[in-house]
Amino acid sequence: MPIPTSSQTVGPFFHDCLIREGENILVRASEHSQGIRIVGRVLDGAGEPVTDALLELWQAGPDGVYPGYDAAGNRSTATADFCGFGRAATDAEGKYLFETLKPGRVPAAEGGLQAPHINVAVMARGMLKRLVTRIYFDDEPATLNDPVLARVPGRQARASLIAQRQDDATVPSYCFDVVLQGENETVFFDV
Amino acid sequence: MIIPSRYRREIPGTQPDLLHAPYVSTVLRSPQRPLVPLEHSLSELTGSVYGHELVGPNDHDLTAQHAGQPLGQRITVYGRVQDENGHAVPETLIELWQANSAGRYIHKNDQRDVPLDPNFTGTGRTLTDKNGFYRFVTIRPGAYPWRNHYNAWRPAHIHFSLLGPSFLSRLVTQMYFPGDPLLPLDPIFNSIPDEKARNRLISHYTPEFDTPGQALSYRFDITLRGPLETPMEV
Repeated sequence: MPIPTSSQTVGPFFHDCLIREGENILVRASEHSQGIRIVGRVLDGAGEPVTDALLELWQAGPDGVYPGYDAAGNRSTATADFCGFGRAATDAEGKYLFETLKPGRVPAAEGGLQAPHINVAVMARGMLKRLVTRIYFDDEPATLNDPVLARVPGRQARASLIAQRQDDATVPSYCFDVVLQGENETVFFDV
Repeated sequence: MIIPSRYRREIPGTQPDLLHAPYVSTVLRSPQRPLVPLEHSLSELTGSVYGHELVGPNDHDLTAQHAGQPLGQRITVYGRVQDENGHAVPETLIELWQANSAGRYIHKNDQRDVPLDPNFTGTGRTLTDKNGFYRFVTIRPGAYPWRNHYNAWRPAHIHFSLLGPSFLSRLVTQMYFPGDPLLPLDPIFNSIPDEKARNRLISHYTPEFDTPGQALSYRFDITLRGPLETPMEV
């Protein structure tokens, strides 16, 4: 059996290749009833901003269906308006921004449904392989009963996966920081 | 197509650890808590069909993106992308970036005092064909110094980025060149514990596939994560 090729760091010089204008704006949040904005920072173990991180999103649409698939998860030939995939680089303050649609609930591995969430991959110089995390939402009742969150030990650790709704925004906005290391470390998944 | 119920897990030693102290930047950028095991659901088993519309006619030929030829040793880099079951991964996007022949990136944060090449951007993309094969034309990148330790130099390398068919098949890696004396000294290359796995990041020189008089050929095969397969009944 062939063995998967080893990962190496994305390094600090990926932008000219991997970052194209607008790929952090999956939809214009203000133009859709389900439009949301997600902002946050990536921080290292010293609390310093990580200014050269790459974040990638993969998510279902508001109908709980992954773009390019049907509801059961089979490949679909139907063309989707919403691509469900986005990329953002952090800026000089370690900040990133996405505009997208609020995802719906998708099936869980053990049956039933998961709470709305966005799958996130984080890469940067100093990271030899990507880290995988999830963005859940604090204003979704299903978040309380999500089967994946339920297996994350510790209240603070679970809280690290839940984006906080911001009050003062024109479109629904959520804050989600990624802390790579330390006391407030974000939960990362072994996938 | 029915999507698989789950993928194989990582084989110990074949992927770098997140903390590899000789690579100093990992020290503050690696989590200290154990990763939480995640059972694969549609969230992981599906993936984006991304970037097909991004590929332009000269995107695979980094020597043909400007008015003139870039300086440096012209090479072709080619290979096959397969999954863990040995099946070809067709029509998947490969994105690639590299330093120029002087060892400098076009990136704004690379201000080293060696020249940029007006005829070289150092970024490329292509799709694998129906048999999983890809091919780039480029120049051999130069080695460059970095601040990790005293007189540290990165071995010549080309960055590769692939999405593959699912969220789990995502791969970002670096391809190296055979016989590079910097390889044994490089903490990034040596972050992979398993020697065989490490050495699979070194391309092979394949003179039989050279374009005679034009370019040296290096083969770099890539294996992406893949689904558990039930053995065929006989």
